[in-house]
Amino acid sequence: MIEQIIIGTLVTGGVYALLAVGFSLIFGNARVINMAHTGFFMLGAYGLYYFIRRLGLGAAPAIVITVPAVTLVGILAYRFLINPIREHHAAVLLMTVAIVLVFQESMTAVFSSLYWSIPSLIPGFTDILGVSVLNQHLLVLGVVVAVIVAVWLILARTKLGIALRATAQDAEVATLMGISVPRTLMITMGIATFLATVAAVVVAPIWTIHPAMWAGPLVMVLVIVVLGGLGSIKGAIIGAFIIALVEVSVAILMPERAYLKVVFAILAMVIVLIVRPGGLFGVMFEEERL
Amino acid sequence: MLRRLFKDFRFGVLPVPGRIIAIVFFIVLFIIPLINDSKYTLFVLTTSSLLVIFAVSWDLLSGYSGQVNFGHALFFGVSAYTVALLHKYFDLQPWATIPIGTLVAVGIGVVTCIPALRLRGPYLSLLTMAFPLMLLGLVMAFKDWTGGEFGIPGIPPLAGSHVGEYYICLIVMTVSVLIMWKLTDAGSKYIRTGLIFHAIREDEIAARASGINTINYKILAFVIGGFFAGLAGALYAHVLGTVSISYLSMTMSFRAIIYVVFGGIVSIYGPVVGVYTLQTLLQFAGQAGQNFLGQNQILIMSVIVILVLIFMPEGVAVWIRDKIERECPRCKLANAAWRKECRACSASLR
Repeated sequence: MIEQIIIGTLVTGGVYALLAVGFSLIFGNARVINMAHTGFFMLGAYGLYYFIRRLGLGAAPAIVITVPAVTLVGILAYRFLINPIREHHAAVLLMTVAIVLVFQESMTAVFSSLYWSIPSLIPGFTDILGVSVLNQHLLVLGVVVAVIVAVWLILARTKLGIALRATAQDAEVATLMGISVPRTLMITMGIATFLATVAAVVVAPIWTIHPAMWAGPLVMVLVIVVLGGLGSIKGAIIGAFIIALVEVSVAILMPERAYLKVVFAILAMVIVLIVRPGGLFGVMFEEERL
Repeated sequence: MLRRLFKDFRFGVLPVPGRIIAIVFFIVLFIIPLINDSKYTLFVLTTSSLLVIFAVSWDLLSGYSGQVNFGHALFFGVSAYTVALLHKYFDLQPWATIPIGTLVAVGIGVVTCIPALRLRGPYLSLLTMAFPLMLLGLVMAFKDWTGGEFGIPGIPPLAGSHVGEYYICLIVMTVSVLIMWKLTDAGSKYIRTGLIFHAIREDEIAARASGINTINYKILAFVIGGFFAGLAGALYAHVLGTVSISYLSMTMSFRAIIYVVFGGIVSIYGPVVGVYTLQTLLQFAGQAGQNFLGQNQILIMSVIVILVLIFMPEGVAVWIRDKIERECPRCKLANAAWRKECRACSASLR
């Protein structure tokens, strides 16, 4: 029981962390609430399914094609659909909803609304301290840790990361320092989409693939980023594991009331918000911004 | 009295093309059953008029007072489920269920705005979005009482015939839209709420500094929004005869936002235009799923929304209004775009 909860929390939390970090990045830098974020996650899963099951490619070439392709879709969507209307907040939100609905409907049209699955990338399981763990779960954990460390290194150590953080703090001053804000935002969107696609690639063999698979994770990601504090990377990662713990415990401890997991996750968020209205690690933004 | 009405009509409505279009549109809605009383046509129009109430109430809460609510389906769904449960367990009739359902939605509005008052901006939006999903989880978890994903069927209709139902919903819609239009009219001499909502949206601190109790007015905005959304939800449950979890889903909340932003936010006529274009026209063009348009309705709606947002981000209704009307630079009166001089103060419009 306990070990099931621990493994489940680590795997689900890892996936949520990848998604929430991307969402948080794009919100922190561009102030865009990107409802299409898990839409790219869905595209990634469908891409993997298409290349492995329909075209019969191996796992490695499928991943090599899927990840850059979906990232490119994300960058193009940002450049041509979101960027032109970035000043109208409600319009941007609606645009991202429309984008994810287009994804959902086109996936339904191409792959029908049935449930699909793909084989594990690494089959079998390993014994760790007497507990047998699926190799796919270990792969998820490894990839999550590697990718998050890589993102943290990029943000903390490279010139690009400094530009990203400067844009997040104050876009006008960043422009004065010679940073091209539109290009930085496009790179941010690229990184965020890349993270969502990586999450999809590692988790697609465990979860089922269907056209509405973006909705569940989206709700959880929203809860996580609000709980952790919008725009905060650390908050997103910690929030992801808190929410995953709540979700997995509910699912394992009371399977007949599994739908309550959303209720408990949201309750956790409401409690945090009432105690700390800015989330756990809320980043203070200046009120007015162009 | 009649003379004054006639004078208002002669000088307030006739010279402004947008108002003529609005009045002609409502007259057409009232005489449609005389021309075509097929059940399908009237059903589509009835549900559209209820969605109009729903969308306009979102515009009042989120557009005017700036409390951007991503979970407007909460009020709609709570009211619909109250109606269904009251009918199922207490066997109440529409005249009792609708007021109770609406009042419950108002109560929920007051309860949700307690945490919402502490938050602003994106935090508020995301928090409100979570509430209907929480309720959805509860509905699914207690299937024995709520029917789970199958919902609760067998709610009695509003009236004996579908023409009667159509007129009830149309009249309720017209009255609700008029009330909300008056409540949000910033130029009104008698009702201050419109002006205060604008002030709260533009700058809450300045509004408070001017002696407005912004907390009370924010609660008022939630109550009014909850009241009309609840009314729409209760009527919708009776018209469809069943409630289901789709009433509480994220899609339902976003439908309101899609209609409002499509038509034009912070304008009461925007959501009306949005619903009658996106919902009604697409339903009729789709012929109930008989052709390509009907089978891919969501896809086509999303593509239309994307195109509208890129080419007219202010909304379709506002875009059209700017094409056919022009505001006088001196006295701020609306004029037809083809006039050279203002109709009241004869200032040049060019």
